[in-house]
Amino acid sequence: MRLLLIAFDPLDAVAGAGFAQQFGAPFDIVQVTGAPVTDLGAGTVHSAGLETVPVADALAEAVLGLAREATHTVAVSAMRSKDVLARLAGHLDAAMVTDVVAFESPTVFHRPMVAGTVVATVEVLETPVVLTLRPAGFNKADRSGESAVQPLAVGEGRAVRLSQTVRGGSRPDLSQAKTVVSGGRPMKDAETFERVIGGLADKLGGAAGATRAAVDSGIAPNELQVGQTGKIVAPDLYIAAGVSGSTQHMAGIKDSKVIVAINKDPDAPIFEIADFGLVADLYEAIPELMQKL
Amino acid sequence: MKILVPVKRVVDPYAKVKPLPDGSGLDVAGVKFDVNPFDEIAVEEAVRMKEADPSVHVTVVSVGTSESEEQLRKALAMGADEAVLVETGDPMDSGVVAAELEAVVRQVQPDLVLMGKQATDDDNNQAGQMLAARLGWPQATFACKIARAGDHIEVTRETDAGEETLRLALPCVVTTDLRLNEPRYIALPGIIKARSKPLAKQARATDARPKSRVTTMAAPPPRAAGRKVASVDELIGALRERGSL
Repeated sequence: MRLLLIAFDPLDAVAGAGFAQQFGAPFDIVQVTGAPVTDLGAGTVHSAGLETVPVADALAEAVLGLAREATHTVAVSAMRSKDVLARLAGHLDAAMVTDVVAFESPTVFHRPMVAGTVVATVEVLETPVVLTLRPAGFNKADRSGESAVQPLAVGEGRAVRLSQTVRGGSRPDLSQAKTVVSGGRPMKDAETFERVIGGLADKLGGAAGATRAAVDSGIAPNELQVGQTGKIVAPDLYIAAGVSGSTQHMAGIKDSKVIVAINKDPDAPIFEIADFGLVADLYEAIPELMQKL
Repeated sequence: MKILVPVKRVVDPYAKVKPLPDGSGLDVAGVKFDVNPFDEIAVEEAVRMKEADPSVHVTVVSVGTSESEEQLRKALAMGADEAVLVETGDPMDSGVVAAELEAVVRQVQPDLVLMGKQATDDDNNQAGQMLAARLGWPQATFACKIARAGDHIEVTRETDAGEETLRLALPCVVTTDLRLNEPRYIALPGIIKARSKPLAKQARATDARPKSRVTTMAAPPPRAAGRKVASVDELIGALRERGSL
């Protein structure tokens, strides 16, 4: 067995290496952007050294040769990894398992399906296999050792990127944040969302998240959507304010250590999975919370 | 311009479904089925492109059992021109679906394959990218805006950090995200018209076999029951006690 970890940036390398170390096979890393992380126990770090992630067809082709030598090619679940790794699986004519949360053996994996209402056991019948994984279910990476570094060339893509908007600002990345504060449609507009949800997130040093309803109505930007088809989060503390708790949203937060729900509707489904529920008007509760923290 | 839109029959995404007690699959007794919502968005987008340019021809395709005819008829009622059902009861994974779709692409020769980014039953998010790789075509996943520009299209796609716009030469594969459009409500004349639109049934064209299989399905471990707190002060106390603050 040999594992290839496709890491899109240095944080991604650390998050994915926990799985690679736990898996127990020798592994190499492809690191697409940023300075190569060389103390994760990988044999070689193939560093592309880019500033931005290339388009999917270019990156899939660049790593195809390395992936052919691996039994398992893996990446941390995200939109960018699903884009590239499923294409890579197509090139390899390989089985792919998306959103792995646990493994029983090198060919048997657990993953959620149907908006997290089911955990499926998936058996892969042949290698190579391509995986995306949710790091919350695996060990944190040990930092030790020294990997060799080799440059990785990435050619031009057939798709051409015309423009790119990267938002985010000073807050931590949503899928890696230790604290997440999320808001739903009761946030009247983008300014209110930013003031109330963003304000509490900043007070706690966390990230802001949103429901699909809040994103669809223009209250929050798309990259903040948490749930089945948005970001999956697993923070130590998740605060849901004015979030009713659709199945699709709850699929994205179930791995949070502690869930707090603040909602004025005592029957909101979010209370069923919240560790602490406060039935209150969020416009009164959140300012009070910010003042007392 | 020819557009091919693959559609999948899925269990109603808004129904509460559970695994069967023996873990062999989903308990779908009494549950409705529908077009995968992301595929419905793809059909809507293709039909809008046709409405803007009558020379656009829209073919919808499904790989599945004869029951998928219901979903193909819905796509025809939305405004697609014709449908192909690759009829099979074989076990499939995304790789098998991509292989069958590749064969349909060779048959229909579309300029654009437009399909949902993922199906809401298996949540895989694989088939579109696998198809693009098999065809050697460029891809744009997670599309939230599509604009035609001569023999190219410009696709704005949602990313982990915001948005980006890609320019792709045709032919290419585009997968749709939630905010591309809002699918129309189907009116009765559309449903009647759909009955007389061509729907070709054909057998599988490849002998591709699944490389993975779901062996069991289980309910996720439930979260331990929480409790209500009466005030912000009690909430802060509880979180401090738990070490969350």
